[in-house]
Amino acid sequence: MADDLRLATQTQAAGALRPDTVSGRRRLRLAWLGTLPFFAYALAFLFVPAGEVMVGAFKGAHGGATLHHVRETLHQPYLHEYWLTIKVSLITAAGGAVLGLLIAYAAIREGTPRFIRTALTTFAGVAANFAGIPLAFAFIATLGTIGVVTSFLRDHLGYDPYAHGFTLFGERGVEIVYLYFQIPLMILVIAPAIDGLRREWREASSNLGASSLQFWRYVGLPILMPSILGAFILLFGNSFSAYATAYGLTGGGLPLIPITIGYYYTGNVLSDPHLAQALAFGMFVVLAVMMLLYIPLQRRTARWMR
Amino acid sequence: MRRRFSLTAWIWLLLAAAYFMIPLIATLLFSLKDDQTGKCCSLGAYGFVLHDPQFWTTIRVSFVLSLETIAISLVLFVPTIYWVHLKLPRLRPVIGFLALIPFVVPPIVLVVGLLNLYKGAPGWFYAKPYGFLVAAYVILAFPYMYFALDAGFRAIPLHTLTEASQSLGASWRTTLGRVILPNIRVAALGGSFLTLAIVMGEFTIASLSAFNTFPTYIQLINESKAYEAAALSLMSFGITWAAMIALLLVGRGRPGRPAQVAGAR
Repeated sequence: MADDLRLATQTQAAGALRPDTVSGRRRLRLAWLGTLPFFAYALAFLFVPAGEVMVGAFKGAHGGATLHHVRETLHQPYLHEYWLTIKVSLITAAGGAVLGLLIAYAAIREGTPRFIRTALTTFAGVAANFAGIPLAFAFIATLGTIGVVTSFLRDHLGYDPYAHGFTLFGERGVEIVYLYFQIPLMILVIAPAIDGLRREWREASSNLGASSLQFWRYVGLPILMPSILGAFILLFGNSFSAYATAYGLTGGGLPLIPITIGYYYTGNVLSDPHLAQALAFGMFVVLAVMMLLYIPLQRRTARWMR
Repeated sequence: MRRRFSLTAWIWLLLAAAYFMIPLIATLLFSLKDDQTGKCCSLGAYGFVLHDPQFWTTIRVSFVLSLETIAISLVLFVPTIYWVHLKLPRLRPVIGFLALIPFVVPPIVLVVGLLNLYKGAPGWFYAKPYGFLVAAYVILAFPYMYFALDAGFRAIPLHTLTEASQSLGASWRTTLGRVILPNIRVAALGGSFLTLAIVMGEFTIASLSAFNTFPTYIQLINESKAYEAAALSLMSFGITWAAMIALLLVGRGRPGRPAQVAGAR
């Protein structure tokens, strides 16, 4: 009798405490309202403006839909500018990935004092964020025509890099400067993956008679590869969308796509604004393709990182 | 198995140190040159900058912009992410995916869209940096804020804390402000310092929408005064350093590194 009573109160209590089991559907629907401000903000300041650019790319100068501008971006000089931007991004992403990996590994591997790793990741955090106008100017002060290093080479070593075809304000120069934020970004992104290489794997492979080269060829690199490719895509997007650094360095002299878009918008060139939107649409397409490659790679990486 | 120090590792580290240090040292030497003679050493460039009212105005504008961006981001994202973790766990991957979208929309594209869309908006929003720029900067800060806060919320027993607080009769506001917020303080501060670094260095959007902020001031000086521009570049580097050091100090002794990558390219 007493047992029955207790059972009954328990069931009732459970029902009273969890009203959501009774009207679960309605409560859930109301719960969505809580995210409304966030979605409204994202819609107003991210999606609608981005959509505006995409729609604008297909609009004619006097209204009406047209493929004219998008087709125009597939001709010169824009095709060349896209290629230049993609080339700079590929080179700095590859360079940043390889150098960043080597430097990160050198700092993390056993035998390197611990403080070096801390110092390196801290500095990488700063350098990855130190971009734009100040970075461009730091390099102008270093390798520009009257830069400190240029003057030193010219006055003390009798070698003038500018007399030998080098210029900081061209494609090669932009690549050298971009590496200053690409390498640190790679170090930040890849360090956790290198940490994930367990010491046991290295020991097991050397117990089985593998050389260091064989370890990297058959164990180390295959495990790191998804992270490296994911980081590469991140680095590509990073320099593909960079504007401030190239602008500060060349003053708009090197026709990268973001620079050209900026040109059309600051009114330096009188032109159809829809052309700039078509160019921006092209950037979306390139970056979206990259992002679609990134997501599955990210998923594969997550499997190893556990 | 303790490995001895490796020569190749040290060579790589030295090369890296050279590549990263030389531009900074060169900028320092450059900034110390005398305006008239071009010789070392004079603090004239720093004196000029510190006596330029434009410097103080723009750095103040940028600082206020970052505070405002941080405030709006926290008010917007903390309750949303809390709510999603608590009630709508199925929505988490959706928000995580949304946090990647700003990477696909470069600042140069975002500003073109925003300028087109809000051309006719009221002056207090469109013509003021505290309206238009902050609206854009909250979007720029969103991924960094989100990843910092998401990690913070995952690390605490959210349901237990909420239920305990409500059993004691706390309202939603009390729960959020006095129970949840102190527990994710580190994550929120981490995201805030990253946002500070982003906003203090953002040039693209400010320049295209014709507002005068600290980075556009550096560019203005860059075009006319070389030594002063070097001095300003170093100051900007110092601001980034300060934000990152603060980020590290705040996150010290906690499991998991805070995200350290901002985006002001």
